[in-house]
Amino acid sequence: MASISQPSSTRPAVVRSERFRGSNLTEGITRFLLYVAVFIGGVIFAIPFYWMLRTSVMPTAQVYLFPPEWWPERFEWQHFKTPFAVFPFAKFFLNSAYIAILSAIGTALSSSLVGFSFARLRFPLRDFLFVVVLATMILPEHVRLVPTYLIYVYLGWIGTYLPLIVPNWFAPAFYVFLMRQFFMTIPKDMDDAALIDGCNPLGLFWRIHMPLSMPALGVVLIFQITYHWNDFLHPLIYIQGVNNYTVALGLQLFQGQMTNNMQALMAASILAILPTIFMFFFAQRYFVQGIVVSGVKG
Amino acid sequence: MASMQSDVGRRTALPEHGKRVIKQSTRESLYGYLLISPWLLGFIIFTVGPMLASLVIGLYRTDFLTETTYVGLKWYRNVFTDSLVRKALINTAIYSFSVVPINTMLALLIAVMLNQGIKFQSFWRTVYYLPSIVSGVAVALLWRWLYQPDIGLFNSILGPILKPFGLLPPRWIFSEEWALPSIIIMAFWGAGGAMLIYLAGLRGIPTSLYEAAEIDGAGSVRRFFAITLPLLTPTIFFNVVLNIIGSWQVFTQALVMTRGGPNNATLTMVLQIYRTGFENFYFGYASAQAWLLFLIVLIFVVLALRSASSWVHYERV
Repeated sequence: MASISQPSSTRPAVVRSERFRGSNLTEGITRFLLYVAVFIGGVIFAIPFYWMLRTSVMPTAQVYLFPPEWWPERFEWQHFKTPFAVFPFAKFFLNSAYIAILSAIGTALSSSLVGFSFARLRFPLRDFLFVVVLATMILPEHVRLVPTYLIYVYLGWIGTYLPLIVPNWFAPAFYVFLMRQFFMTIPKDMDDAALIDGCNPLGLFWRIHMPLSMPALGVVLIFQITYHWNDFLHPLIYIQGVNNYTVALGLQLFQGQMTNNMQALMAASILAILPTIFMFFFAQRYFVQGIVVSGVKG
Repeated sequence: MASMQSDVGRRTALPEHGKRVIKQSTRESLYGYLLISPWLLGFIIFTVGPMLASLVIGLYRTDFLTETTYVGLKWYRNVFTDSLVRKALINTAIYSFSVVPINTMLALLIAVMLNQGIKFQSFWRTVYYLPSIVSGVAVALLWRWLYQPDIGLFNSILGPILKPFGLLPPRWIFSEEWALPSIIIMAFWGAGGAMLIYLAGLRGIPTSLYEAAEIDGAGSVRRFFAITLPLLTPTIFFNVVLNIIGSWQVFTQALVMTRGGPNNATLTMVLQIYRTGFENFYFGYASAQAWLLFLIVLIFVVLALRSASSWVHYERV
């Protein structure tokens, strides 16, 4: 992170001193307009969050005032309790976390194994098969929706979490690509040394590459947890019984029953996005790194 | 790759007169296939198998429980005459063709602005990026509330502005003509995801190129179009392709905010497939529609790939 951000802060300084030597005024105005634009854009992007918070703590009478008011006349935090009183909302969180974490672990293990093989081992048809991996990345998920549903019907998995978790243990293409790109950046000298010492490829993967690829594995875990936390369509199809609901399904149910309690609905929504936001702040480095590995080198 | 292979081969081969070389590479092939087997199995079970099965399911009238009747190509013909499918296709196409280009430009603009060495860059980056990681039902509920025509955020700002002109603000998701634009506008809030990718790409452009251009007397606009944009095209391309695929699959907002309405104004392809299959239990027809969606996405992705050679610069610097 630190090493990446350095050039960007030094570069414009160099450029500026060369270019605007004689026109400090022009430079000043351009800078000022830039800051104004960044500020206004930032406010626009942040306002929905503000509106969400503001609604969740407002007294009922004030929420439905016309014209609407921007600042709560007093803070009412009890709306954050309503979701837990009406539904097993805490259970929804546990269910979502269970699905998201098991899916993410399966993805990290399987994709790194496959990605390592594509990056480091030589076998017939390797390059062709890797093109197939790339091709499956562009498949819209929904073409498989009906037939995979049929598979789960036959397996008796409808109403369980298995359809949501198990496919992730079979190396989703995007993450294979991401891990392979990462393994390509690890120096090959290490491989040589390990192979001469009689290490087989599996040992090479587990003892040398896995410990070195913690940042990339972090990216996979975070991306997958975020995806499954937010996923709505698949839980909607496969999960039965309110007790088994994920947070996303619970919110949808809550919406239907709380049409006149906007504060509680916004409070529940805040609670639902909070884990993702926390995760972002604690693992910001990984988010940015993942973007670099997957997006830029693609 | 090649150098490592020959190195290892030579060193291990020396004592045993080349016999080991063959063994080594066969062993490596076996390991290679062993290690990719999770993907290979998954590819067969969850991708190729289902894709082919989907074609066959499309020949039947079936709810997977009580009824399975062969209907031939009926569903595949219906797809082209069904007015709901057509409506869903048009809506999704409008969504995709609005969201992909506008989001790309918006993301680029923000990334370039944030890359001008501004103060508190990481703070602003977070502000712009955060909306893109929160998605799904919570965000749909929030935007439904923002769009509330009387006491929602947007109209509480727009109302007073439009009043002097004798105009009323739109009723957003509750009006037929504004419902789809509402869902499109909402997608711009997620531009931060692509912004972060472009920001990372901008940092990869060597400072020396800008300095050289500077000496040659290129202005800042010229520098952007001659250096920044061309060097960023591989990143933009990768991102646009993923966005095209993602945008054709829009679903959650349409279901949670408007249930496809009013009067099917926000009926999207995936919502239509979901309804046909999982609400009305015509799985065969849903399969046929899914294949239509797949072919359309495929066409646009192939067009994008074809166009790549004319505008994407693959130069290593």
